[in-house]
Amino acid sequence: MNENLFASFMIPVVLGIPITTLTIMFPTMLFPTPNRLINNRMVAIQQWLTKLTSKQLMITHSPKGQTWSLMLISLFLFIASTNLLGMLPHSFTPTTQLSMNLGMAIPLWAGTVFIGFRNKTKMSLAHLLPLGTPTFLIPMLVMIETISLFIQPLALAVRLTANITAGHLLLHLIGSATLALMSINLFTALITFIILTLLIILEFAVALIQAYVFTLLVSLYLQDNT
Amino acid sequence: MANKTPTPLLQQHGPPGSSNISGMALLQDLLLVVPVEKKLMDVKIKDLPNWILTQDFTPKGTIRAFQRGYYQYDNKYVNINKGSTLGVSMVLEADVLFNYCVSYKELKHEQLRKNH
Repeated sequence: MNENLFASFMIPVVLGIPITTLTIMFPTMLFPTPNRLINNRMVAIQQWLTKLTSKQLMITHSPKGQTWSLMLISLFLFIASTNLLGMLPHSFTPTTQLSMNLGMAIPLWAGTVFIGFRNKTKMSLAHLLPLGTPTFLIPMLVMIETISLFIQPLALAVRLTANITAGHLLLHLIGSATLALMSINLFTALITFIILTLLIILEFAVALIQAYVFTLLVSLYLQDNT
Repeated sequence: MANKTPTPLLQQHGPPGSSNISGMALLQDLLLVVPVEKKLMDVKIKDLPNWILTQDFTPKGTIRAFQRGYYQYDNKYVNINKGSTLGVSMVLEADVLFNYCVSYKELKHEQLRKNH
């Protein structure tokens, strides 16, 4: 049972070759490039959604921070589309792999930190100390803030991995529980099925929310440092 | 011996227009038999290995082939007036089927009936 439960998180292998790269590149096929002034319906809807999210995300930044808008919007679109595609039956979600999320989180966070240190060294160092702390607490607080700074990429990656993995696992478990209960007690199976439906709706929401949270936090780190 | 007509470079075995050809220099067949780029639907099954060899297997050629395929699908099903979700959902359903085939080995153990 344990093996079956985690089998959906194993990397898909076709004829002995892992097809991870193809799976990661698959969502790009669903976002065609807009070629004309007025496009077909699918592209028009995507354009409208992209405009909505980019305004929401980037309006609070300075002009220097807004140079990151392409990076952040493509990050959001990638995570959202990958998570949503993982809701299809039998599909593989790359964002359940910690390696990939670390690969997204660490460079972006490091980029924001280096920009801050390079352009505004004093201010980024000053962020390590909250305002109005008593003098004798300063050394300890600086250490704590440094640790929290270095935890940020780990937290970004682990948050995304844990949320998506936990959601998928719950769906698997409750789905197999419903199936097993159907031959025992139909009423309990119906209740479990309702729970399953609610969980699916939650999963769709989580897929989008996690993408938003990831991108929002990176943009917050950017705001601190530009 | 002097009256003998020179053997043609290519000899057709079969009615004219058939692709059943052999020649003195077999390596020259590729250049002489398939001079024009044929589409896959126009190639006869006998010619299939020859046709495959004429295809471009450089990275650029592979990318161009993928692009051709992508835009063929896109222009037929997605980039149309009054488009609907059908174009994209066909791709998603194909993705589900593909992932089911890939993970069939693990799913085999969960069959409800013994002889499915």
